[in-house]
This record gives sequence, structure tokens and C-alpha cells, in this order.
Amino acid sequence: MITAGIDMGSRTVKVVFLEELKVDGAPQLRWGVKGKHIMFPEDLDADQAADKAFEDALKGAGLTREQVTKVVATGAGRKQVKFAAADVTEVGAGARGAVFMCPTAKTVVDVGAEEGRGVKANAEGKVVDFAGNEKCAAGAGAFAESMSRALQLSLKEFGEASLRSDKTIPMNAQCTVFAESEVVSLIHSATPKEDIAKAVLDAVASRVCAMVRRVGIEDEVILIGGMVHNPGFVQSLKGALGVEKVHLPDMPEYVSALGAALIAAEDNA
Amino acid sequence: MIANYGYKDGSGEYYISIDTDKCTSCTAGRACLTGCPKGMFEIITDDYDDEVAAVKQSFRRTLAFDCTGCKPAGGYSSLPCMTACTPGAIKHSW
Repeated sequence: MITAGIDMGSRTVKVVFLEELKVDGAPQLRWGVKGKHIMFPEDLDADQAADKAFEDALKGAGLTREQVTKVVATGAGRKQVKFAAADVTEVGAGARGAVFMCPTAKTVVDVGAEEGRGVKANAEGKVVDFAGNEKCAAGAGAFAESMSRALQLSLKEFGEASLRSDKTIPMNAQCTVFAESEVVSLIHSATPKEDIAKAVLDAVASRVCAMVRRVGIEDEVILIGGMVHNPGFVQSLKGALGVEKVHLPDMPEYVSALGAALIAAEDNA
Repeated sequence: MIANYGYKDGSGEYYISIDTDKCTSCTAGRACLTGCPKGMFEIITDDYDDEVAAVKQSFRRTLAFDCTGCKPAGGYSSLPCMTACTPGAIKHSW
């Protein structure tokens, strides 16, 4: 059996195919990733983007639509995926995928482009407690991206620059717009770029951490979402959470799509 | 599951927490729907196919203002939503 999860995020569409495994001697290996695909929708509307991403993903994995038993959608645009049999919230899908990737982790921190959230999950990947921030974009990836543009650095350079700084510059503004004006002030006062980068990522981490604290921080934390690719943010988050070990999965941006595919598989089992 | 709806901004943390495990066996006849004078609550089917209460999407980023009618600056002793929800599923963070 092959199932699919499609995560319609605010910036990208992610598709994961999951296949049922029958591994002799390792019955715990029930599911394996058959293929994955990520697409930037650019000018496509949500319906077209979902269709195109799914078709491209099928091609990449060498599958046909008929081979896929069930599709479950998740993400901010999940209701736009007309061919999905069901949809689940990004909270439920993220928790399921994260616990699959790291069964010992109970606290899931999900930081994507437009939203960040903290989730406490049980051993089955079911959500026990969750908190997001419905209002603030300053605790998410788009804010870091916008600030990297202000510093004329690529996102990769931005994250790496932050690691070279050991200064702590507080950013007091809660709002993205006001925070950007703080960054402009720092630029004008000739503050080194690496110090500004660290200040921005510390601020994002601090906002994310406030959400995670609402649900409680367990010993083992897993970080999912695109911001895992930013080493400066990971460093800042570790400091803000005060935990030594933060698990970073191999394909962090696909974890919610993986969770949706798992939910599809379990519903069909 | 504890579902926290709301936000943190420069003025504070504004979350309404709903213990959805108490919603699945609601003994209050879904009184939250009518208990809130602004009609902020709705019943949704969650990811685990349970019918539970949630704060409507349109109110989630304006809770500090939407709840002011029930939370006068001079203080208050009880909130209509928490009083209506006799199982005690609803909590406010502020």
C-alpha cells in the first residue's frame, strides 16, 4: 500500500509518499518513505499548485495516481487540495511525523515560513497540548528571511553569520514591522552584520520559546520545519529553551507531509 | 488535548485554553456556544474525529479586545464562558 501526504504551506508545497514495508526480522519498520517532492508555487493559485506538485512528485517517485491508495492534506492551504480524501491540521500532522522520526521526543517545535508552534505529543504522536501565535509573524521564518534581505545576505549567509557573533543585542519590538526598523537603526549605527543576524535569530527563538513554554518543555525536543536549515536559529533556540539536545530530522520541511501520509496509512490499515 | 488559541504580543499573553478531553463528554449541553456574549466558540471535529469546542478563527488574534466586555478594568469575579462550561474545560491566560 502506498499513501501520500501533501503539505500546502504558505511558501512551499511538500509531498511525501509512504509505502508499507514487510521487513523480515524488523517488524517495527512498518512504513518507509517512497518519495518526496518540494515545490515553490510562484504564481500558481493553490488548486493548480497542489495538482502540479502532486503530478511532479508522482513522476519523481515513478508512481501513478492509481497506485496511491489515499491522500491526506495538511498545512495552511489544506482545504484547497481537492483530490485529498481527508485533511488534518498542521499541528496533528507535525506531531505524528515528528514522533515517527524521533520516537523519544515529546516536545515538537515547528517553525515554518509564516507560523511557529509548540506541541506536546504522546508516544503515539497524538497531540496532548499545543500553542501557536495567531497574530505574530516575528516568530517564524518569513521574518528571518525579510531581515536577511535588509542585511543584503542570503538566508544561508545570514544563519552562518549569526554563529560568528557572541554578542547579545535585545530586540524589543514584537511586531515584524517595528523590528525591521530596529534592524535599520542597528545598520546605521554600524553594528556588525553578524551581531544583527544573531539579534534577529535570538528574537525569533525567544518568540518561539514563549509558545513552547506554554505547553511545557520535556527533556527531548525535536525541531521541524524549514528553519531547521538555519544553523544560527538552531543555536539561538537551544539557548532560549535551555536544553542540551534538540533533535534535527533529516528532512525537516517534509515532516508534516510525512505525518499526513502516516495518518492516511493508519486510517487505511 | 489542551488547545491554546491566541497570541502573545507587546502587551502580554492572551490565550484561551480548552481541555478538549472534557468536550468529548460535555455535560453542559455545549453551553459555551451560547455562554459567550460574542459567540466566540464553535464546535469542530478535530484530527481525532472528536467533536470539541474551539475559538473561532476570526477571534483568535483579537482576544484581548474581544474579551474586554467581560473583563472590565475594575475587575471581575467570573466569566460567562467559564461559568457556562461546567466541566471546566475553558481557561483564560490573562
